[in-house]
Amino acid sequence: METQRQEARERVIFKNVSKTYHGDHGSVKVVEDVSFKLAEGEFVSLIGPSGCGKTTMLQMLAGFVTQDTGQITLDGGPIKGPGSDRGVIFQEYGVFPWLTVEKNIDFGLSLRCNKHLESQRKELVAHYLKLMHLNGFENAYPKHLSGGMRQRLALARAYAVNPNILLMDEPFGALDAQTRLALQLQLMEVLTEERKTVLLITHSVEEAIFLSNRILIISARPSKILRVVDVPFPYPRTPELTATPEFQRLRLELEEVSMQQYAKQQELAAETQ
Amino acid sequence: MPQERATKRSGCAKQRGFSTATFLAGVASFLTLGAAWGVLWWSNLFDRGLLPAPWEVLKVLIEQMTEKELWLDILLSTRRVVVGVVCGLAIALPVGFLLGWYKSVRAFIDPVINFYRALPPIALIPLVIVYFGIGEPARVSVLIYAAFFSSVIVIYEGIKMIPPIYIRVSKALGASDFEIFKKIIVPAALPHVLTAFRVSTGVCWTTLVAAELVAAERGLGAVIVNGQNFFQVPVIFVGIIMIGTVAVLMDQVLRYATAHLLTWQESM
Ligand SMILES: Nc1ncnc2c1ncn2[C@@H]1O[C@H](COP(=O)(O)OP(=O)(O)OP(=O)(O)O)[C@@H](O)[C@H]1O
Ligand SMILES: [Mg+2]
Repeated sequence: METQRQEARERVIFKNVSKTYHGDHGSVKVVEDVSFKLAEGEFVSLIGPSGCGKTTMLQMLAGFVTQDTGQITLDGGPIKGPGSDRGVIFQEYGVFPWLTVEKNIDFGLSLRCNKHLESQRKELVAHYLKLMHLNGFENAYPKHLSGGMRQRLALARAYAVNPNILLMDEPFGALDAQTRLALQLQLMEVLTEERKTVLLITHSVEEAIFLSNRILIISARPSKILRVVDVPFPYPRTPELTATPEFQRLRLELEEVSMQQYAKQQELAAETQ
Repeated sequence: MPQERATKRSGCAKQRGFSTATFLAGVASFLTLGAAWGVLWWSNLFDRGLLPAPWEVLKVLIEQMTEKELWLDILLSTRRVVVGVVCGLAIALPVGFLLGWYKSVRAFIDPVINFYRALPPIALIPLVIVYFGIGEPARVSVLIYAAFFSSVIVIYEGIKMIPPIYIRVSKALGASDFEIFKKIIVPAALPHVLTAFRVSTGVCWTTLVAAELVAAERGLGAVIVNGQNFFQVPVIFVGIIMIGTVAVLMDQVLRYATAHLLTWQESM
């Protein structure tokens, strides 16, 4: 499986990408000369301190932010804005408060560009409702849901249209440990069934190691790729993996690197204040 | 998998709008007002010719209803307000959308809108009389004007405030511009449109009475002017009370509709 992944075609290429935001309080360089590739079926995680520009990088790939310099290539061409080929799970969830849980999941399926899924629409909604343990709340409005439930609803809505690239911005951040593990396992199950390319942002080193082929450790702002870590564990992975000495050794090593960056970012924030 | 508890905040499940308790409180407050009026009349503090007794006014009210076709005045005034609000809002909706959605349009039109908005519609009445005379078109055009300027700002501020995350989510799922409009903008703007409806209804009542005071043969404003001309204070009271009653009833209907259309909202 590993070798197969190595040979797979490249779907996403970031080449010398930089981005500066010009705000009211001056300009902030958030991304500096970032280059990396995502191969078909690969799972890559971004880890880095808060405010270092991870969301910005993901949003560039999603088509909501354009880079200042450098190229981003998606399946051989430039990115021309957002599209349903890339499923995005936003850090802020963005569940629609005026739609019930069921209608939220159905939202993507109700769009014209997803007409090809029309015949399975009902089953898909029911399937993801169940998969995300939201059954019983079909007709509830988001105001009645807890934070974790909203996050799962956002996941269900994105999964339902079956995009083959997933861009996930801290998708499990608001969940308790058990739910988090359950959803991580679910995600891996989905990924073994259907080959998807995933870019995941997380603050959890453990989550990154458990899920990814590769981890990119991002430095404090302006973010560069500090280290690329190939995760050696074969798929399918089980929760037992996290208890092995190899896993723990890698975790400690990466946590140390990332802690340094968190500290740096904090100094930076203190300086700018 | 732990079963999640839905956070059921108290009051969320409770229906807003009409509840028996608030209704009774409303009735009680009006009864108290009536009683206070009665006491004031009884105390003889004011000349009884200037402050009629509540029952006197009630008698005149019934008289006006049966003999002077007061219901026709009510109907006419209400119809003018409804026409004004509906037409004003019909224009304010597309304009408010354009202003809220396109920054460049806003920068261009905003100053003008603010100028007209700051202008009380009543100030326009003399000009309108010069242009349209004192007929129905004059009155209704002032009302449309009032409804438009009081609601356009609410609508465009509302559209401006739609969280961009909703648009992003729908774009990422492949929504076309039309789908974004239909499935995101319209429902997300609905609360503000309903607020605009209520605000402009209130403003229209104020403006209507002013317009009818100046020039009208019939309508609740005209009832008041007639009372004044013939020095029939109870008639003036009847006019005032009817205006208040109809305006409150209309607002209640709108509130009720709002509560039902917006069950999804966190709080109102
Ligand atoms: N639209 C914008 N305009 C101006 N500045 C922005 C904008 N979006 C983000 N920034 C700034 O860019 C920096 C990086 O933001 P970004 O959201 O990419 O960080 P992040 O790594 O995702 O952080 P977190 O882990 O907290 O989500 C922050 O300092 C933020 O203030
Ligand atoms: Mg972020």
